[in-house]
Amino acid sequence: MAVLVLAEHDNASLKPATLNAVAAAQALGGELHLLVAGANCRPAADAAAKIKGVAKVLLADDPVLAHPLAEDLAPLIVKLAEGYSHIFAPTTTAGKNVMPRAAALLDVSQISDIVGVVSADTFVRPIYAGNALATVQSKDKVKIITVRGTAFPAVPAEGGSATIETIPAPASAGLSTYKGAELSKSERPELTAARIVISGGRGMQSGDNFHLLDKIADKLHAAVGASRAAVDAGFVPNEYQVGQTGKIVAPDLYIAVGISGAIQHLAGMKDSKVIVAINKDEEAPIFQVADYGIVGDLFKILPELEAELAKQIK
Amino acid sequence: MKVLVAVKRVIDFNVKIRVKADKTGVETANVKMSMNPFDEIGVEEAIRLKEKGVATEIIAVSLGPQACQETIRTALAMGADRGIHVLTDAELQPLAVAKLLKAVVAKEQPGLVILGKQAIDDDCNQTGQMLAALLGWAQGTFASKLVIADGNALVTREVDGGLETVELTLPIVITTDLRLNEPRYASLPNIMKAKKKPIEPMTPEALGVDPAPRLVTLKIEEPAKRQGGKKVASVAELVEKLRTEARVI
Repeated sequence: MAVLVLAEHDNASLKPATLNAVAAAQALGGELHLLVAGANCRPAADAAAKIKGVAKVLLADDPVLAHPLAEDLAPLIVKLAEGYSHIFAPTTTAGKNVMPRAAALLDVSQISDIVGVVSADTFVRPIYAGNALATVQSKDKVKIITVRGTAFPAVPAEGGSATIETIPAPASAGLSTYKGAELSKSERPELTAARIVISGGRGMQSGDNFHLLDKIADKLHAAVGASRAAVDAGFVPNEYQVGQTGKIVAPDLYIAVGISGAIQHLAGMKDSKVIVAINKDEEAPIFQVADYGIVGDLFKILPELEAELAKQIK
Repeated sequence: MKVLVAVKRVIDFNVKIRVKADKTGVETANVKMSMNPFDEIGVEEAIRLKEKGVATEIIAVSLGPQACQETIRTALAMGADRGIHVLTDAELQPLAVAKLLKAVVAKEQPGLVILGKQAIDDDCNQTGQMLAALLGWAQGTFASKLVIADGNALVTREVDGGLETVELTLPIVITTDLRLNEPRYASLPNIMKAKKKPIEPMTPEALGVDPAPRLVTLKIEEPAKRQGGKKVASVAELVEKLRTEARVI
């Protein structure tokens, strides 16, 4: 039986997390289909059809699905489930919202946030903020799975030529209405897809001081993140939060500035290739996971770092 | 409107967990247990709704072994009116919890059920969505703001790109995110009063639910340890090392 992946997109384009979820699905080796559900989402479907290894794109293009509300999208997934052995989605807020709803309607369990595929019915997933890894086996008829993107290298976005099949969208469940969004606009890469991330914590002392990180991020083409403490203090909005219950990142380089390193924060970044910690407290737990630590006042170190990057990187 | 709040007993968020040597689970003996932090936010939200006159009664529900009564008492001390304890020693997975809660909802007929968005032990982030599905209700997940008026709820949700607002028709299921509120501490008089509040015992059998797990845990292991701890003396050395040693910039 084929496997289905729920594409993450904004109707106009695909989100990078889709490519990681496809990678996890490909580990099973079956025929791979992608579901693009949205409104005026043909461009996203066209992009989906180009992903290497995708055989078919199912396109549900309907105003009902303009802002994928779980109440309306879950029934579509349920309807399609009969033809698939597995249905994957990225562990994004959209995937986390809709997939358990679909799973319950199918009377199956969900396997959340997998980091490994052992076999067709056995998967590895982190528990306790990633301080333990559980290997779980599912006996359910269809496996509903969300995928931690950082654990599966993205498949190439080009090189495929899947067919696109239009499918009908279900009628609205009439339970919920989308009213609006405040989405942060940034020229920088997405946190979860960036090659370099620089994050600030409580030590930044204010939201205004985050411009010190912005300047370095601009030099390195990095995304800017934050610890929960910095978000709770109102320095930056919620979408900056890296950690157990925020975003999970694993960039090539993670620079933690003024972050002490609570286990909940480490859970969100400890799989980064290289970790740099800047903190005035040399006992801060963040140094235990850092490849390169600098003890000192971040308000002195950040301008120095900016100048040094300008000097050493042309 | 009655409000039902689900509260889970988990290992305290400050505890550094240890994986058992035989790989069957994590050590829970002599470990500090607490209410799941997201569920505390749920209890707090229910209390605030009652203070505003939106909620009339708050029922805290916990499912699991006898010790879950402590977690219910914590909710009662914060301000919940009464408790329900679904007693079972069986392993409970999110789908089973959702089915049990659905049965409790059928008995109590609340207009709102609040759950934490995820439990910090299994990190599943499923139960609220599953419960909403089984009830055929709308779901407001990862809520950072909740306004209830005229049979509807306006829910602001924390999403990857920022915030999103949805309007839901009651009854609904809400799952809490961190910024919804800051939970209060229970005062000593309220802790004393909570001891007298009723906790109704129930069982999965009486609720007509088979809670058998669908996922079999084959093993629990410790992840690879990260080797860190190196320090550099200057910013110049740091940038130099990132360029030539780590080769990441």
